[in-house]
Parts: sequence; C-alpha cells; structure tokens
Amino acid sequence: MLQLSIAKRLGDFALSAAFEAPADGVTVLFGASGAGKSTLLACIAGASVPDHGRIVLNGRVLFDAAARTDVPMERRRIGWVFQDARLFPHMTVAANLGYGARRGPGQAGITLAEVAHVLGIEGLLGRRPRDLSGGERQRVGLGRALLSQPDLLLMDEPLGALDAPRKAEILPFIARLKATFGLPILYVTHSLAEAVRLGDRMVVLDQGKVIADGPLAQIVGRPDLPLVSGRSEAGTVLEAAVMAADPARGLTRLRVGAWEIAVPATAAAEGEAVRLFVLARDVMLALDKPLRISARNVLSGVVRALDSQSAGSVLVTIEQAGVRLLASLTPDAVTDLGLQPGTPVWAVLKSVAIEGFGGGLLAALDGEA
Amino acid sequence: MLTPDELAAVRTSLSVAALALAVGLPLAAAAAWMLARGRFFGKSVVDALVHLPLVLPPVVVGYLLLLAFGVQGPAGRVLNDLFGARLVFSTAGAALAAGVMAFPLMVRTLRLAFEAMDPGLDVAARSLGAGPWDRFFSLSLPLATPGLVAAAIIGFAACLGEFGAVITFAANVPGQTQTLPLAIYAALQSPGGDATAMKLAGVSFAIALVALVASEALTRRAYRMTGR
Repeated sequence: MLQLSIAKRLGDFALSAAFEAPADGVTVLFGASGAGKSTLLACIAGASVPDHGRIVLNGRVLFDAAARTDVPMERRRIGWVFQDARLFPHMTVAANLGYGARRGPGQAGITLAEVAHVLGIEGLLGRRPRDLSGGERQRVGLGRALLSQPDLLLMDEPLGALDAPRKAEILPFIARLKATFGLPILYVTHSLAEAVRLGDRMVVLDQGKVIADGPLAQIVGRPDLPLVSGRSEAGTVLEAAVMAADPARGLTRLRVGAWEIAVPATAAAEGEAVRLFVLARDVMLALDKPLRISARNVLSGVVRALDSQSAGSVLVTIEQAGVRLLASLTPDAVTDLGLQPGTPVWAVLKSVAIEGFGGGLLAALDGEA
Repeated sequence: MLTPDELAAVRTSLSVAALALAVGLPLAAAAAWMLARGRFFGKSVVDALVHLPLVLPPVVVGYLLLLAFGVQGPAGRVLNDLFGARLVFSTAGAALAAGVMAFPLMVRTLRLAFEAMDPGLDVAARSLGAGPWDRFFSLSLPLATPGLVAAAIIGFAACLGEFGAVITFAANVPGQTQTLPLAIYAALQSPGGDATAMKLAGVSFAIALVALVASEALTRRAYRMTGR
C-alpha cells in the first residue's frame, strides 16, 4: 500500500496531494495536462523532492520531510514505465530486460519467462530497440520495469505516444499484467477510455489538488467533477455480470443491479464480471415506456439529480436499485419533459461499450476529448 | 629504406602518442563527465584551466611544464624524491607535453558526446536500481563510444604533430624525445638533410592516413554498437 501526503511548490504552481493506493489493483491518477500528475509521479519515484510531507510504501518510509528521510531513487524499488519507453539503445531487448533484474533485490518473484510470455515479447529478445515498433518498445519497457521486482509500478501515460491501433494492441497486455502479477499500479493518464478500461480506483487531480478519490465507477459517474463530465465523453461505468448467452439472437445478456442489458454476443462466460461504459450522450430519456423501438436496452429508473453543464447540456442522473446512470440532455428537453428529482423515466441506451472485446471502449471514447 | 635514426623517430612518435593517450584519455573522460554533468563550485575555473593549452602558445605551455615538472620544479622534485623519475629529456616527459596540448581537444569531443545522451535514460537506469558509478559504466560510457573513438583519434593526431611544447619541455633527444616533427626539424637544420626530411614527411603522411581510415571503421562500429 502506498500512502502519501506531500506538498511541492514549483514557481506559480503548487502541488498538494494526499491519497492512498491499495496493495493491489490499478489506481488511476487522472487529470488534464498541467494538473500536476507528472510532478506527483516524480516525487513518488524519487526524481523530485517534495517541500513537505511523507511517502510510505508498504510501511517503508521513502520520504519524510520532518525526519529528513529521502531514500534515493535507485533504492526505492519503484518501477517506472515512461511514455517514451526509454530503452537503452546499445543493449539488446534481453539485456534491457535484465538490466533491472540484475540490480534488483535478488529474489526472483517475477521471472523473465513469465514476463516475456505475458507481454508477448519472446520473439524480440535478440533485437535492438531501434528495430522495434512503438508498441513493442512500450511492452519491453514494461517488462524491464516488472523484472526489477518493484514494490509499486508507476505508469506515466504509457500509451500517450502511440496511435489508436497501437493503443488497442497494448491495452490487453496491461490488463493481463494486472491479473497476473499482484502488484499495485499507479497509472497516470488523461484518457478516460484508458482509465475506465484499466482502473480500479481513481484519483482526480486538478491544478495540483486531489479533487476526488475513490472506486472508479463512483468517480466517473459523478456529474459534479468538471474533469470527467465537462467533456463530450461523460458517461457511466457499470459493473455487470454475464447472465446468459443468446447465440441464436447474437446477444449476451448482462445483469447490472435490477437492470438487464443486452450486448452483442461476447466470449465472456456465464457469471463472469465485465465492465460496461455508457456515454451520457448515448442515453435518451422518455416519460412513457417506448414501444416498437429498435434500441435493445430500455431501462426504467428514477431521476435523482440534474446538473447543468458549461457546454449547455444537462447531465441527468437516474437510479434504479442503487445503480446510477448518466444521461446528457439539452435544457430544452429537460423543461419539456418536466424532469425533476423523483420523476420516473425510461432510459434508452443507444450503444454500450464493453471492456475487453474489440476495443469498443477505445473506439467509443478515443479522439472525442 | 629508413635509417635506424629515422626508425627511432617513428618509434618515439608512436610511443609518445600511445602513452599520452593511455593516461590522457581516461583523465579527459573524467574531466568531460564533470563538465557535462557535474554541478560544483568553480566549474568555470576548471573549464578555463582545461582549455588553457588551446589558447596559449605551445612554447609557453612547454615552459610552464618545465617550471612545474623540471628538476627544480615542485612537481618534478616530488616525482624525483618518490620514484627517482625525471620527466625532462624522457619519453614520458614528451608524452606529458604532447598529452597536455591534446587534452582540451579530447575533453571537448567527449563532453559533446556525454551531453548528447538523453538524460531520460539516466532516470530510467536509476529507477531500475543503478547507482551513479554503475550508470556511468553501464550507460554513459558505452553510449559515448563514438565520442571516445573520435577523441582518441584527435588526441593521437595532436600528439603526433605536437612540436613547441615537446621541444621546450623535453628537448630534442634522438631515441628519447625526438618525435617525427622534431626529427624533420633537426634534419632541415643539418646540411644535406633534405632527403631525410622528405622521407619522414612521407612517413607522417602514411601514419595520418592509416589513422584516418582506422577511425572511420571504428566510428562506424561504435555507432552500430550504440544502436544508432
């Protein structure tokens, strides 16, 4: 577990952040560029010295301004995956992977064979970095960090320098990583798609301050957070369970709370948990149950909140059995329907993106920001 | 072909240059590293000191060396007392004079090579657990190999050609300090030495040519090795 509470001033910019990241799972550090994500990461890694505060990893004090403790970066045992991979150009892929392993704490918890397999880089070991594609470089960089047997993995916009197809190529590897190695990951991004795809918890940073911190589905669904909702990609993350496959009709039925949602047939097995993302602008609301309609998912709910957005739209939160869903409406539609907290409505989902299959999330979200 | 005296001049030239490089190149690498990466008090003074031989007349450098390393000089006396070593009139002395003159050229070349390295790689190595010395030998030095090769060639050429500092500090002793330029100079001073001077000039030309070709091949290999 990572516990931190630090403050640092850089000219006019002041970073002041406190949060905890659990001992496993992915904590997404989310924020626009200039929000202080990189500075925060540099402080955790030891590349930058905070003015005040404490950083503790698994009970080991890495930094404590009051006690004048500042463990040097090379002894923090924190793996760092960079946006630009930073492979050593004069070494082969195998030597790059071994660099951290040879200097690590010794006990080999994560083996080369395992890493090479999970990241699909077995065939690259003899090559030089200049002969690798951007996506391959990023995978090798990831493997190199893992093999140094870190206590925490920092990923600094690892997909930032890649185009959309390369992103779709890498994402499954990072998702597998999370499932294979019980390692806490701090994932920095300003892409909601990546956050939704990989994150368990989310820490939202704005102008150097933590403005939200909690389970990802809760944070993403909060209409009051300008970073998440002030864009066309506002939406809801839904944790669903597979109920049944319906191959005859080409559908898979999922359950989310009291709702039943049908998505195009997927490979997920019955009972398996999947994550859905529904863009607020893909949700229509109706006062009467729409009949004879092409949309497959029509859900009943009650309006809980209405939040006017700067962009001239209104985010309507509807709820059923404790599960919330956001819909983006024009102010005119809200007035016309007379929507108020407590109004029962029907939500029509125009499309649902499902994690892990066909890059639906990326396709739905990428390039929309 | 070459008389024993002429051969001795070739041998002296090569051993002076080799000795100057063997001692000078590591020192130049250390100085270049300090100037490229170090942040310390008096850095500009060190920088100026390193460059002094480049701006001073070589004869002045030879004279300053004589003041410091001569038999009566402070450094010379220490060397004499401790090791019974005399630099004046010796091959080592000629190498010292040639090496001092070549030093700034090697430092400049190496400094550029160190500064060209992406500092992000250094951060990556740190995060993987490499300490400062480890990073120097596993990263900075190998990545600077093309610069190291270039510095060696430039230093070698400068040592072969050095005249003023060598003749002032180490004098013109055949077989000891008489390098090719000194031998050519001596030949031109003696009646009927024209043929010798011409032959030695030809030898100088041949050595320079070999060094250039070797440097081309080495540089290409070094670039391949550093992955560029």
